[in-house]
Amino acid sequence: MHLLEPRANSSQLMRWAGPPIAILLTLLAASALFAILDKPPLQAFYVFFIEPLETANGWSELALKASPLILIAQGLALGFRARVYNIGAEGQLLMGAVFASGVAIYTDGLNAWWILPMMILAGALGGALWGSLSAWLKTHFNADETLTTLMLTYVATYVLSYLVSGPWRDPGGTNFPQSIMFGESAMFEPLFDGLRLNSSIFITIVAVPLFWLFVSRSFRAYQLAVGGLAPAAARYAGFSARSGVWISLVISGLTAGLAGAMEAAGPVGQLTLSLSPGYGYAAIIVAWVGRLHPIGIVLSGLLLALIYLGGEAAQVSMQLPSAISWLFQGMLLFFLLGVDVFVDYRFRRRRDKRLMSSEEGANA
Amino acid sequence: MIDSIIPILVATLAAATPLIFAGLGELVAEKSGVINLGVEGMMLIGAVAGFAGALSWGTSVGLMFGAVAGALAALPFAFLTLSLGANQSASGLATTIFGIGLSAFIGQFFVSQGLPGMKPYAIPLLSSIPLLGPVFFTQTPVVYLAYLLYAMLAWMLAKTRWGLILRAVGESPEAAHAIGYPVLAIRYGAVCFGGAMAGLGGAYLSTIYTPLWVQNMVAGRGWISVALVVFAAWKPTRLMLGACLFGGMTILQLQAQGFGVAVPSQLLSAIPYVATILVLMVISRDRKKLQLNLPASLGKPFVPGE
Repeated sequence: MHLLEPRANSSQLMRWAGPPIAILLTLLAASALFAILDKPPLQAFYVFFIEPLETANGWSELALKASPLILIAQGLALGFRARVYNIGAEGQLLMGAVFASGVAIYTDGLNAWWILPMMILAGALGGALWGSLSAWLKTHFNADETLTTLMLTYVATYVLSYLVSGPWRDPGGTNFPQSIMFGESAMFEPLFDGLRLNSSIFITIVAVPLFWLFVSRSFRAYQLAVGGLAPAAARYAGFSARSGVWISLVISGLTAGLAGAMEAAGPVGQLTLSLSPGYGYAAIIVAWVGRLHPIGIVLSGLLLALIYLGGEAAQVSMQLPSAISWLFQGMLLFFLLGVDVFVDYRFRRRRDKRLMSSEEGANA
Repeated sequence: MIDSIIPILVATLAAATPLIFAGLGELVAEKSGVINLGVEGMMLIGAVAGFAGALSWGTSVGLMFGAVAGALAALPFAFLTLSLGANQSASGLATTIFGIGLSAFIGQFFVSQGLPGMKPYAIPLLSSIPLLGPVFFTQTPVVYLAYLLYAMLAWMLAKTRWGLILRAVGESPEAAHAIGYPVLAIRYGAVCFGGAMAGLGGAYLSTIYTPLWVQNMVAGRGWISVALVVFAAWKPTRLMLGACLFGGMTILQLQAQGFGVAVPSQLLSAIPYVATILVLMVISRDRKKLQLNLPASLGKPFVPGE
């Protein structure tokens, strides 16, 4: 069972090759799954990874899905570096959507330029507030943020459910639990005629270099990372662990909340129960597969968006349930975690074993 | 008055049962030094496997299917964290995400199918004890299985050599290894036992409690079970109490909806999750006390021979 031995130096090659190998292994496992289901793997891969990119609409959808994933993952990665495990970005996203939708609903009928900017601000605020709740619970009560962020996600789901089936339900609509459709001034502008891609993508385009600058240039980010890697050293240097928790959770909450506003005022156009297809959870995988690096996250965000798109396409043309994209996400994370071990370890070699046993024999 | 309380208490125990199974399983895994955040996913896999089994061969077979499927679902986690020494939090999370996907994928075939469930069985003599009898001993047999599991675990952990070895592995794997105990094999066993119990808890939900398959039907109970282990300070008796407390919270919230309390039902539904947070606040506040009960090697990989 002792399969591994430590490397003398961690392998730079494995550090970079890790994600591609994990993707390859996921594809292999996926073909096995397709074979079991009696779907020809090559056709399945075509439907999953090529077909969605053959049309302009496909590329627009890819960007539309990748944008919130990348944005949320940037915030999460900051926390993961500091070993603050916020796994409730889904709840922060929903609260962001709730806050942003509140602005849209109460200004309905107005036609003012400030409505959309207000919604963006409200979304950021909602997500940041929801995240800071967990930060407060962690710093004042030592309550584990993994569990509190997740529990708050369930609470957020019920708050959303209450609002759309009660006070914010569309009075003119059917009995469905959903709000009114937002007016034009409460929506992001489509960038191209007939495509759903909208101007909210600029938020992500601006955020990525900002995060890159923050992570690679700022002393604050350095403090955060040291706090994660060597808490004792961070304490010795006088870096506050408390502020690390606050920064991590407020910023990751803020990006998730922004993504929620982008969804509500973008492709969805109203507040509904099914507002997010699990972006908050998928972003965890995006951050991990992207090596917690701002540029890596862009690449992995595009990949996960493609898995989402492929899942939808496979649902339509191959009658596979869309849950298959969750399955692939789980596999991808499994394989990456497995491959990552080989950055610092390698397989134990048989020769070494014999050497060791002969040494033991000599000692005896 | 008492007549109206008894059904509420009976329902409380029924609602607590999946938490008892999953919580006790996680407790054993954590005692061995491994924290598995995949409980939610393993419960879902157990739930869907249990439903499939029950549909063809009856409820008892379904429950067995659930336990076996849960143990199998724990294997990738065990391999990653034990044989490869991967990060336990991330591997557990991967298990949960994988479990959500796999169960939804398989469960598509079972949507809108129903199961007969399981009839309560009144244990002769015991069930005629006033108040306690009807509450504790007119349940479904699976609830009795939960009592049995609790009694066995409490006894094993406190009184037997097995319990001592498990605790030694969790407190100081190096020392246990030096004495000659197979640390990794014991941890494999503990993690798979945790998976089997989570699977059983999930199967109980889908074959007896609901009994229906609904996507994501575990609805956070796996995560609540993980929180319960912290609440219980890694002690089986406190875990039972905690599970009943949460079971009671679920039932109370349903009762309140039934009585037409002037709070919207969605906000009442959030109560168990808010309660989990409150409990975590109270229990984690005293760092020293928490540290005292925490298995010392929890979450740390063990590589023999380093």
